[in-house]
Amino acid sequence: MSTSTTLEAPKSGTWDGGNEPMKASYGKLMMWFFLLSDAFTFGAFLIVYGLTRHAHTPYTGEAEAFTFSTEWWPIPEKVFNAFPGFHGVDLPLAFVALMTMILIFSSVTMVLAVEAGHRMDKKDVEKWLLWTILFGATFLACQAWEWTHFIVGTDEGMLLPDGTTYHGASMAFNQYGPPLFANLFFFITGFHGFHVFIGWTLLIVAFISTVNGVYHKRGHYEMVEKIGLYWHFVDLVWVFVFTFFYLI
Amino acid sequence: MSSTDISMTRDVHHVHEEHDEHHHDQNFFEKYIFSLDHKVIAKQYLFMGIFWAFVGGFLSILFRLQLGWPEATFTFLEPILGGWIENGKLNPEFYLALVTMHGTIMVFFVLTAGLSGTFSNFLIPLQIGARDMASGFMNMLSFWVFFIASVIMFWSLFIETGPAAGGWTVYPPLSALPEAIQGSGDGMTMWLISMALFIVSQLLGGVNYITTVINLRTKGMSMTKIPLTIWAFLLTAVLGLLAFPVLLSAALLLIFDRSFGTSFFLSDIYIAGQALSNTGGSAILFQHLFWFLGHPEVYIVILPAMGLVSEVIATNARKPIFGYRAMIGSMVGIAVLSFVVWAHHMFVTGMNPFLGSVFMFLTLIIAVPSAVKVFNWIATIWRGNVRFTAAMLFAIGFVSLFISGGLTGIILGNSALDIQLHDTYFVVAHFHLVMGAAAFFGMFCGVYHWYPKMFGRMMDEKLGYIHFWLTFIAVYLVFMPMHYIGIAGFPRRYYNWTGFETFNIFTDLNTFISLAAIFGFVAQFIFLFNFVYSIFRGRRATENPWHSNTLEWTTPVLPGHGNWPGEIPAVYRWPYDYSKPGAAEDYIPQTVPFSQTQSSNLPNEKDFE
Repeated sequence: MSTSTTLEAPKSGTWDGGNEPMKASYGKLMMWFFLLSDAFTFGAFLIVYGLTRHAHTPYTGEAEAFTFSTEWWPIPEKVFNAFPGFHGVDLPLAFVALMTMILIFSSVTMVLAVEAGHRMDKKDVEKWLLWTILFGATFLACQAWEWTHFIVGTDEGMLLPDGTTYHGASMAFNQYGPPLFANLFFFITGFHGFHVFIGWTLLIVAFISTVNGVYHKRGHYEMVEKIGLYWHFVDLVWVFVFTFFYLI
Repeated sequence: MSSTDISMTRDVHHVHEEHDEHHHDQNFFEKYIFSLDHKVIAKQYLFMGIFWAFVGGFLSILFRLQLGWPEATFTFLEPILGGWIENGKLNPEFYLALVTMHGTIMVFFVLTAGLSGTFSNFLIPLQIGARDMASGFMNMLSFWVFFIASVIMFWSLFIETGPAAGGWTVYPPLSALPEAIQGSGDGMTMWLISMALFIVSQLLGGVNYITTVINLRTKGMSMTKIPLTIWAFLLTAVLGLLAFPVLLSAALLLIFDRSFGTSFFLSDIYIAGQALSNTGGSAILFQHLFWFLGHPEVYIVILPAMGLVSEVIATNARKPIFGYRAMIGSMVGIAVLSFVVWAHHMFVTGMNPFLGSVFMFLTLIIAVPSAVKVFNWIATIWRGNVRFTAAMLFAIGFVSLFISGGLTGIILGNSALDIQLHDTYFVVAHFHLVMGAAAFFGMFCGVYHWYPKMFGRMMDEKLGYIHFWLTFIAVYLVFMPMHYIGIAGFPRRYYNWTGFETFNIFTDLNTFISLAAIFGFVAQFIFLFNFVYSIFRGRRATENPWHSNTLEWTTPVLPGHGNWPGEIPAVYRWPYDYSKPGAAEDYIPQTVPFSQTQSSNLPNEKDFE
């Protein structure tokens, strides 16, 4: 057989083998396919959210007259209206808007890190990775505060039929609405937060490797690019989570 | 690809010497346990698959004993089952655990991991002309995560409250409430942990398979020159990649319902008169999530078998596969349709009849690509110069079982008929023929055919024939009568039917089925003996014992790490040039350029000379 290979060249089109038809290394392809499957995981959760919410009664009265009740699904603006340092002030969605901005900024700095990697500029990669890590950590800290506030609850709480007041949220009961409202909030934002945490850990590993010159010696910063793909995906998922939980 | 310079064996004829002078100086663990070599990982999957198959088969024999002889006492099983035999009777809850674990083990651990894990790993790099998988490390990780999942699942068989018992579909609320039955306790927790790990393993494997097929094909190996096996593995991996995450979602939500007090799938439940606090969830929602995986899962099981069978039939009929592109098209069609038919498992859950008819329509469409494949296989065999090797027999057996089981699928796909047939033995008979036994036949066919490349020796053909005929007969003896009692309304998963006067007339038939099942199970030991014995004592194989065209047969008898000593061969033609008029021999390997086969080139191939 080996003699025959020298006689003539096999075909060499885009999909004829012996090359990378999508012009992407195997590592990047793997990351893309992983993200595709992860999108299905999140997709399933958001469908669960949609169907569950659809099965619950919506609130139909005046927005001003809204009170928390297990009878209806709460209006998100009435639930997420707190801001650290502004106790008791009604600031609908202000804090989560800030969180979203932070995460989007982290995506911008991530792009800059990847771009610096293409230029083989080690110093710039370090700088932008550090910014991304900082924004990522800030986002996680914000989420921790938001969860704490959600669990502790507001001063008003929910007035129960027996005259007592229930504050905050647990898996079994919460002051904002039906139990599943809190269940889904914890589960989906938690699952997203877990993804951010994983990405954040990867970023720290990449930062250490960059500082140690691992990628520079390797001749390319593709690892930063792959983590970047993941990081953007997690941001994109947040956009959907934000839309479903906070806006609609 | 020449830049990937992996060291290889110099002398292919003295395999044992090569172990000593290997360039990497791999120790035992690197070579056989934590190996990065796709061929070793494939064998690891195969051994695990065979182990699980015997466990799963044994469990089915236990519950067939109960069904076949409901009045008998099974004191003789006490040494094995211990406390699960009470006064000589099988514990009813253990019976449920048996059917649950039989299903879980067979569907996931044998026919998913054991089948596509073995053959995707073994054949993808060899048949597309690659040194190894794209990422050997992730491939190894995939196997070891599967191994941990296996250990947990196996361990759950031995805990005091027994393994999961809510059916392999683990529908809540039964599976969500530990108070409901014993099997929903620790056994169910372990089931969920094991399955979550299993899914991770599948995803690690899946991204690797897809990426390898896209990026690592050798020169000339275009997507229309790859063997049908590779198309099948590629589509299987895509299905797994898109379907398993949804099962992961369902499993995670179920874990939260069970352990953290959420209500995703629970609402309005009373246990012993006490209302549970869970409210607002939907049990049907779980079924939707489950079957969104569950239906593609049956194609994850059957597609690799179809690929293996296509290859074996073409090779042994000494004819080009009939309708190569139609085969690819029908597999793509099946893969796409598999995602839009899941609710046909849920016709009687109270879904809107209009929605039911939509799903029925989509379900019945699958018969079209399936029939295309069946006709193509038959047309390939038609007037072929058929060599009845053991692998070929199993391939033909596969086609037979696929037809028999597929026809009842058309019946079951009708939402109106399903009202009568749902959850009866008719369903059990249908899916055991079409995806259970058929996929097993595909697996056997693959093992017999690629055994020489795996172990450098041949399996015994005569034992193979005996194994085939006993298995083939047993499968039909078990599942044909099962259709009959199913149509009569005999429900599945029932521990005891002697309380129902109607079903007593089927006592003899049930005994008959159980006898046939035991007969079929015993026959598998012939295979086991043949398999193990041939590893050590089998007839030595040549490089290309079947005179096959695909690339794996251009490697040495026992390919080393890196598969080809020297350069990877380039590919010039499709893999099915069998019995080409004018050719010197009845096969032309893919590595032979058209310039060397001028006597047999077709008019349109003259341009390539």
